Amino acid sequence: MKNTKKIVIVAIIIVIVAGIALLSGVGSSENIDIVGSTSVQPVAEKLVETYKQTHPDANINVQGGGSSVGIKSAQDGSADIGTSSKELKEDEKQGLTEYNIGQDGIVIAVNNENTVNDLSKDQLKDIFSGKITNWNQVGGQDGEINIITREEGSGTLDAFENIVMGKDTKIRSDAVVQSSTEAVKQSVKQDSNAIGFVSFAHMSNDVKALSIGGVSPSTDTIADGSYELQRPFLFLVKGTPSGDLKEFIDWVNSSEGQKVLNEEKIIKSTN
Amino acid sequence: MEKSNMSEQFIEKGLLITAMFSIFIILIILGFIIIEGLPAFQDYGFIQFLFGQTWSPNEGQYGLFSMIIGSICVTIFALIIAVPLSILCSIFMAEVANENIKNFLKPVIQTLSGIPSVVYGFFGLIVLVPIVRFYFGGTGFSIFTAGIILSVMILPTIISVSFDSLCAVPNEYKEASLGLGATNWQTINKVIFPASLPGIVTAIILGMGRAIGETLAVIMVAGNVPGIPNSIFSPVRTLTSNIALEMSYATGLHHNALFATATILFVIILLLLVIANYIQRKYKMDVGGGTL
Repeated sequence: MKNTKKIVIVAIIIVIVAGIALLSGVGSSENIDIVGSTSVQPVAEKLVETYKQTHPDANINVQGGGSSVGIKSAQDGSADIGTSSKELKEDEKQGLTEYNIGQDGIVIAVNNENTVNDLSKDQLKDIFSGKITNWNQVGGQDGEINIITREEGSGTLDAFENIVMGKDTKIRSDAVVQSSTEAVKQSVKQDSNAIGFVSFAHMSNDVKALSIGGVSPSTDTIADGSYELQRPFLFLVKGTPSGDLKEFIDWVNSSEGQKVLNEEKIIKSTN
Repeated sequence: MEKSNMSEQFIEKGLLITAMFSIFIILIILGFIIIEGLPAFQDYGFIQFLFGQTWSPNEGQYGLFSMIIGSICVTIFALIIAVPLSILCSIFMAEVANENIKNFLKPVIQTLSGIPSVVYGFFGLIVLVPIVRFYFGGTGFSIFTAGIILSVMILPTIISVSFDSLCAVPNEYKEASLGLGATNWQTINKVIFPASLPGIVTAIILGMGRAIGETLAVIMVAGNVPGIPNSIFSPVRTLTSNIALEMSYATGLHHNALFATATILFVIILLLLVIANYIQRKYKMDVGGGTL
């Protein structure tokens, strides 16, 4: 009786030790690190998942951190691929090869009961900065506007601030902060006076998408650039890629990679 | 004889080693948090960090004051709801209810503690937030909403610990009291409840610790606005949500500031534990051969 117990314990220890050894030690030869934008992250994960089906040996890690982290780690070589969901400034481009994998739209979402259908970019700016506080000021029903924003560091927030708010205007400080696209959508779905922004890739019928300056967000308007609120998804590589890295990037740009991107609603620009 | 002595010693050493190991792990974590947080205290200034009112990492502002207030408000509100409920519930279970009801209630309350916090949070977001918005106005994301969700989450902790401490009151106390002609309620009120008070206070403090430490559910319903709340229906950001919200993006000083936030949280929880220990020691009762 006592002996069997001992054997069981020893066996468990062996299994645990072997498991740890297997997980950590083996297969560290050729791996690719993808680091950067949290908005690109789920798309990159999907790409890697599909890539691994045809390349079972590939060892690719995807991490978040934000676009600025992506740019920095591509520059200093700590990651093989840095990802960014915003355009690079001229001085950031030094020594980097850019691969634009597609465009992502930023959709302004309001409650389905809201009678407002269209806002101009300036109205949007005034709403989020707190200059416009009631829906009747933009042609809707009487009701105080409840702003839902994202947490500081979020790629979507970053893009929204760059495109809509500009450099000098801030989103009003008492705006409710939600930590994910899904939570923003839930909040907007329940509150007839709420307004928030979500990535086009995660848009659904739960909430109503506003058109901006008369252009509603769709695959076509994002592709031809007429829908203004959009940002590129970039893969950044230091120098020119070679070996396994080149193979992966070529695959992303091939029809197979494009198929995955299309499923994720990342739109290839047509102009 | 010799052999059993050997195994005795073996077990003793084994227990000692595992105990030391857990202390060691806690010390490593503590050390790491402090080392990572220290630059924020040094570069930004401890006083400014603790009492500054703007939190805006993009502009290098790391004032934590509104979040300390937020954490405290949410926790106190949760306790105001949860403490009376859970103490009455545990008294009912320990002294009033018959075996059948007790056997039914205990697993139900344990189940309550087994529900993952994300489920509570999602429930709060979908059900409670709209209700609060409808009846009290505002956005619905508030201290009030977060407090209600938290109170439900800490109920099982407080109930089960105070239940155990009520059950630990020796039967002699009860028999003596009843023997003197006291009614059931008088016995509970004047004998059993005071005798188990240290345990109940510990239960409340454990619940408080859980309320302060809870993150996910609070993020979903509290609104996360880093500002001083002016009413119970204002949105707040707690210390824990602050860390969880920004952890994945933070670099440099921002990263240090989040660890410094964790240090503050750690200090608060440490203080709570010290208070709990103090109360337990102060009100400890000697009964016959042992102590309560």
